[in-house]
Amino acid sequence: MANQQLSSKHLLGIKDLSTEDIRLIFHTATNFKEVINRPIKKVPSLRDITIANLFFEDSTRTRVSFELAEKRLSADTINFSASSSSVKKGETLLDTVNNILSMKVDMVVMRHPAPGACQFLAKHIDANIINAGDGTHEHPTQALLDAFSMQEQLGDLEGKNVAIFGDILHSRVALSNIFCLQKLGAKVRVCGPPTLMPKFIHKLGVGVSYNVRETLQWCDVANVLRIQLERQNIKYFPTLREYSQYFGINRQLLDSLDKKIVIMHPGPINRGVEITSDVADSEHSIILQQVENGVAVRMAVLFLLAAKG
Amino acid sequence: MDFVISTINLSAPTSMEKQRIIIGPERFSLTIERLCHQLVEEFDDFSNTCIIGIQPRGVALSERIYRHLIDQLNIPHIDYGVLDITFYRDDFRRPGASMHASVTSIDFLVEKKNVILVDDVLYTGRTVQAALTALNHYGRPDKVELLTLVDRRFNRELPIRSTFSGIKVDAVDQAYVKVEWANTHGEDRVLLFSDKKAAQ
Repeated sequence: MANQQLSSKHLLGIKDLSTEDIRLIFHTATNFKEVINRPIKKVPSLRDITIANLFFEDSTRTRVSFELAEKRLSADTINFSASSSSVKKGETLLDTVNNILSMKVDMVVMRHPAPGACQFLAKHIDANIINAGDGTHEHPTQALLDAFSMQEQLGDLEGKNVAIFGDILHSRVALSNIFCLQKLGAKVRVCGPPTLMPKFIHKLGVGVSYNVRETLQWCDVANVLRIQLERQNIKYFPTLREYSQYFGINRQLLDSLDKKIVIMHPGPINRGVEITSDVADSEHSIILQQVENGVAVRMAVLFLLAAKG
Repeated sequence: MDFVISTINLSAPTSMEKQRIIIGPERFSLTIERLCHQLVEEFDDFSNTCIIGIQPRGVALSERIYRHLIDQLNIPHIDYGVLDITFYRDDFRRPGASMHASVTSIDFLVEKKNVILVDDVLYTGRTVQAALTALNHYGRPDKVELLTLVDRRFNRELPIRSTFSGIKVDAVDQAYVKVEWANTHGEDRVLLFSDKKAAQ
């Protein structure tokens, strides 16, 4: 087992990872979880590494989580957000990043509204790149922390049933989750209104359902996604109230099932829309454990990529 | 305090002779027993002393010593933990560095305690240096002692020495010392190889 390394020097998407890569990240994350629960939560591993966090799109959790992970690994960090930078003056992505890299930065964590922005960057620059969400494409660290949290609850995911609810069409979390869960042997079903379902989603080998109750009855874990109103430039459903009635997950629905399922949400939650407060805050929900695991998983990813050099 | 009972002065085995057994099973158990008695002599009932094995290879030794102290020498309780130093290594991003972490489990604070760090072979001293850094994260111990089964005293790169050692081995730099355990390798023994490759 010694000397194991990731197969790639970037984390652009789950699609490029092997199952062994995912298991190595989880193994390392377990050790980092122990580290972040110590009285002193810091290790010196990345003390000679500088990391740039480039956020061309809004973020709370992912950004704070990456920053904490970097700091707990003793890396030096710089933060950059598009709203307060020269991007507004018309500088291209490549110019912006090259300028930052010429200040001797080793790794780049980037969130960008354009799908494939990280792939583009990886072709042109030398630093390790971590995708922190690119448009509607992938959000690999979220999928890793979701699967890691599921594994903590259920053990090995081989043969487990995982359902993803909500806005599948606009969700990078859904796509990364599907890739990740399938690589770990889980069965995946997506459920939401037909208008928010990508046309060829079944080609990925996932089940498709439009019935929330039936899907809840089938699954061991329900990963509930946010309705991404900011990416919807046309109306995909009549009203939020109607969406909530047909596709929202509420306590009554959960209590009517004859089994206990795990409820997850990548945040931010639209309370009362895709999930009601009494479910989000219930004993079924592991939403806050997901956030804690997020730091450990991101520490593992940063550590393993930095080790690749 | 330096409990040296035996020293082996060896040139590395020639390519003809790929490995040499420097401690066989009988001597091995005698050495463990002796180390345990030395610990009892020094730390009495272990009321303010804990044992911490360094992952991965020091743990087999620390486990054996811990069990012997409890089962054979009737020590009622010893704080026992294992420490992984992967995230504290100074050879990160250098070729050959192992980045495969193991479990750390220390469910007590080392503040104001005597700590016995345990590793199988003391060679360059860099693992022990990393362990000392890591240990700081669990409090400020009164005193840290080092116990190793094999002390390769002429190969040190840092000013570190072991307080308790099973055997001192003086061998050339490229030689490789390997400790094998009955439960994983079938027999307790210490082997000397001409180089690391020969040991694989």
